[in-house]
Amino acid sequence: MTMSPTTKPPAESLTLTIDGKDVSCRSGQTILDVARENDIDIPTLCQLDGLTTWGGCRLCLVEIAGSSKLFASCATQCTEGMNITTQSDRLLNYRRMILEMLFSERNHICAVCVSNGHCELQSMAQKLGVTHIHLPYRYPKLTVDSSQDRFRLDHNRCILCSRCVRVCGEIEGAHTKDLKGRGIKTFVINDLDQPWADAKSCTTCGKCVHVCPVGALTERGTAVSEMAKRRAFLPYLTSMREH
Amino acid sequence: MTPEDLHGTVLKQQAKHGNYQHVFNVCMESGCVSCNSAAVVEALEAEVKKRGLQKTVCIKRVGCLCSCAQGPMVALDKGDTLYKAVTAADAPAMLDALDKGGRVEHLDFSSKQPFFSRQLKVVREHAGYFDPEDLDDSIRVGAYEALRKAVTEMTPTEVITEIANSGLRGRGGAGFPTGLKWSTVAKNPSTPKYVVCNGDEGDPGAFMDRSMMEGDPHRLIEGMAIAAYATGANRGFIYVRAEYPLAVKRLTRAINQATRTGLLGSRIFDTKFAFEIELRLGAGAFVCGEETSLLSSIEGQRGLPRPRPPFPANSGLFGKPTLINNVETYANIPTIINKSAAWFSSIGTAKSKGTKIFAISGKVHNTGLIEVPMGIPLRDIIFDIGGGIPGGKKFKAVQTGGPSGGCIPESQLDIPVDYESLMSVGSIMGSGGLIVMDETSNMVDVARFFMEFCMSESCGKCVPCRVGTYHMHEILQRIYDRQGTPQDLALLQELCDMVKNTSLCGLGQTAPNPVLSTLRYFKDEYTNLIHSTPTTEVLP
Amino acid sequence: MTQSTTTTRSDPALRGGITPAKPRVATVWLDGCSGCHMSFLDLDERLFILAEKVDIVCSPVVDPKEFPPDVDLCLVEGAVSSHHDLEKAKLIRARSKVVAALGDCAVTGNVPAMRNFWEVEELFRRAYIENAEYPDTPEKRKANLPVLNVPPHERIARPLHEIIKVDLFIPGCPPPADAIFYVLTEFLAGRSPNITQVTRFGK
Repeated sequence: MTMSPTTKPPAESLTLTIDGKDVSCRSGQTILDVARENDIDIPTLCQLDGLTTWGGCRLCLVEIAGSSKLFASCATQCTEGMNITTQSDRLLNYRRMILEMLFSERNHICAVCVSNGHCELQSMAQKLGVTHIHLPYRYPKLTVDSSQDRFRLDHNRCILCSRCVRVCGEIEGAHTKDLKGRGIKTFVINDLDQPWADAKSCTTCGKCVHVCPVGALTERGTAVSEMAKRRAFLPYLTSMREH
Repeated sequence: MTPEDLHGTVLKQQAKHGNYQHVFNVCMESGCVSCNSAAVVEALEAEVKKRGLQKTVCIKRVGCLCSCAQGPMVALDKGDTLYKAVTAADAPAMLDALDKGGRVEHLDFSSKQPFFSRQLKVVREHAGYFDPEDLDDSIRVGAYEALRKAVTEMTPTEVITEIANSGLRGRGGAGFPTGLKWSTVAKNPSTPKYVVCNGDEGDPGAFMDRSMMEGDPHRLIEGMAIAAYATGANRGFIYVRAEYPLAVKRLTRAINQATRTGLLGSRIFDTKFAFEIELRLGAGAFVCGEETSLLSSIEGQRGLPRPRPPFPANSGLFGKPTLINNVETYANIPTIINKSAAWFSSIGTAKSKGTKIFAISGKVHNTGLIEVPMGIPLRDIIFDIGGGIPGGKKFKAVQTGGPSGGCIPESQLDIPVDYESLMSVGSIMGSGGLIVMDETSNMVDVARFFMEFCMSESCGKCVPCRVGTYHMHEILQRIYDRQGTPQDLALLQELCDMVKNTSLCGLGQTAPNPVLSTLRYFKDEYTNLIHSTPTTEVLP
Repeated sequence: MTQSTTTTRSDPALRGGITPAKPRVATVWLDGCSGCHMSFLDLDERLFILAEKVDIVCSPVVDPKEFPPDVDLCLVEGAVSSHHDLEKAKLIRARSKVVAALGDCAVTGNVPAMRNFWEVEELFRRAYIENAEYPDTPEKRKANLPVLNVPPHERIARPLHEIIKVDLFIPGCPPPADAIFYVLTEFLAGRSPNITQVTRFGK
């Protein structure tokens, strides 16, 4: 366990090793940032540039030499001399298991999903070589909120990454979306767990729909495979705010 | 309050007490209150009044007298005479016995038995022999003397050095060195800083912190104030679960008393040191006992954990350096300051110093609250202090550390109770719940019970804990229902490893422990249930 | 037993037992829409290549009355939904060296598993009484609940690997013909296919 004072000196340059490759970065950068800058791919589902760190999907866990623990690369800042491993059999097994857990948790029926072909869960499963789900499926009976004119919330597809909650609160500033319940009974809600159409705080901006990695938040009127998400607005809005 | 005022109060209270020939200490903590100790107090008071003994006999409402299952408990004077299961109707007999110099036979509970004699009271040194709701009575037994000493005679660095030298480690379960944590917060130049007390005791079978908060709230406030002085904080929060209404009531009262008399607030003991405490109530989430969730909850957010690092010592409450310790850890502080680090570190083992309070329950003769020196063998706790297993049954396992802990079998009972030894046998010290099980307990059922607890208390933020605890519980239920297969067992082990290593916070990381420890020591109970599964028909 | 010309021609008995036997391949259709078999037929002219290399000993397009013994590779389409599916799956496992789940229904449960939120009885009532227009009254429809020719349904439809051990998974709805051909080619070459290179859930 390391504890160092969080003084904020001017960003100093650090050197570290990721997957055997020597890289340099500025202090304050996360492992994920630096890996991406160096074309090292670490899988993520909850992380999205422009939103605060969540650290819940656990796909981006990496190994750091000298510690038996795994670290979420989206939430761990680089330190001088770190030796990071982003790909190993152990990590791959855990990542596959996480995806299998998500598939088993709710009803992800890709073939009839409007997001089929545009879904991060689906493509991640393919990328990580998940051919089947060896955990028993839960088959929970869940609802679909179609009360809103333009958008739809399908709990069957939700993976609780909280991107919608964060974009709604942090970027749009409406905070219509939040989570209710806990554990396996956690759900995304609108306002005080009302039908979306009754959620007065919603500005119907649609940001939640477009940051949703799966087919949980979609535009109405889309048929199977038609719901492609458009995310260009997010880096644009974030950089506008920063400058 | 000035140092002189404090000393004056002590003298005044001691003189007042010297006038009493006898004191009846009646337990008024949750356990005894639930079996109506309030009526005992009233009956005794009425009887004293009737006999005109108000000047010589004192009836005191006190904290826990240890034998919670025998309540209502009453201790006479210094506790040489103990009465158990007292009712209001017993009041005349108890007063009669005073005159004769004897005891009431049918209520007598030997104070010489190992349950009492094997204990070592450091944190609970005065518990049960003063009124926790009365500030003056608390001061009489030494409350705030350590705070006075710290702020008027020591520098913050000296306080931290003293705590570090004492070898005190966090009593919340993980055993992180307290002095190191304090110095990290103290060194951080960022301000303001916060001192937080974790009173969200949620483990099944654990009630040490509740007892501390109900029975000696001023000690907790004092410990926090010393911590604030040492680390440079001016605001503190006590986070208590709302399921502890009596603790909430007494803490509120104690904070008000301390604030009114200037023991909290500005210019404490006539120095520049200022410190105030706010009480925050939990809303029934076990995960809020995890420090980062607790901080989120205090901030008014959903009680969800955050990835560490950054640790709260660097970026905690409202992003500021925050010292967060458990109730019992703070309660140790005044004693260390009063009696010195050297004295404290003479108790316990090489790496685990001082004493530990345990709530012992389950299949033992004596259940209740015990304080023992670190290093005492588990066997002594269960068979000497606990008095062994009732009903002629055989001991099977003892569960320590709640849902994060493990089950320790007979073969490991001779290990000393310290952080490392408990970890080496697959359990943890935890906050101090100690549940004894006899041969009638099925260990798969025990694992299933704890997994159900973790499943329903998982916050849902990270995938491994949210979904993994569900699947593990399903498998355990299946095995317990004799529907399990060898593949289920393999999958269970795979899930244990995965959830342990990939979960975001301590809840998920330790949730597999009860399964892992029962698999380690009682695997045959799993395989027996699986092999008694009706075999499926085999086709050609 | 009716057999296709393919199997007859390649029967070792007819060839005097001289040529080594070709791998015996079966394809089975459980609770699915037959789309996977359509995709299989989409191999088009590659079917001829395949026919040179294997014997299709059992298939909806071959139609033996009983699942044959000593199958080298069995491709199973569809989820396990009924008691019949369940028994058949066990029989397939017992008589096949390698079992492959073909398509999302067999791999994940997919659309057939969408009924799993309701009890079977509820499901039948919905399908055959509430949603039906003929016969003209609900009472008459009730009398026509399919009990005779429909095998009893399992409480839930499940993916194949929850019932029997499955050696190969070919996700997709349906898996593209190319993916099927790739798997068969790799299998015949004795290699283990890297299936997610060519297909995925919902493909």
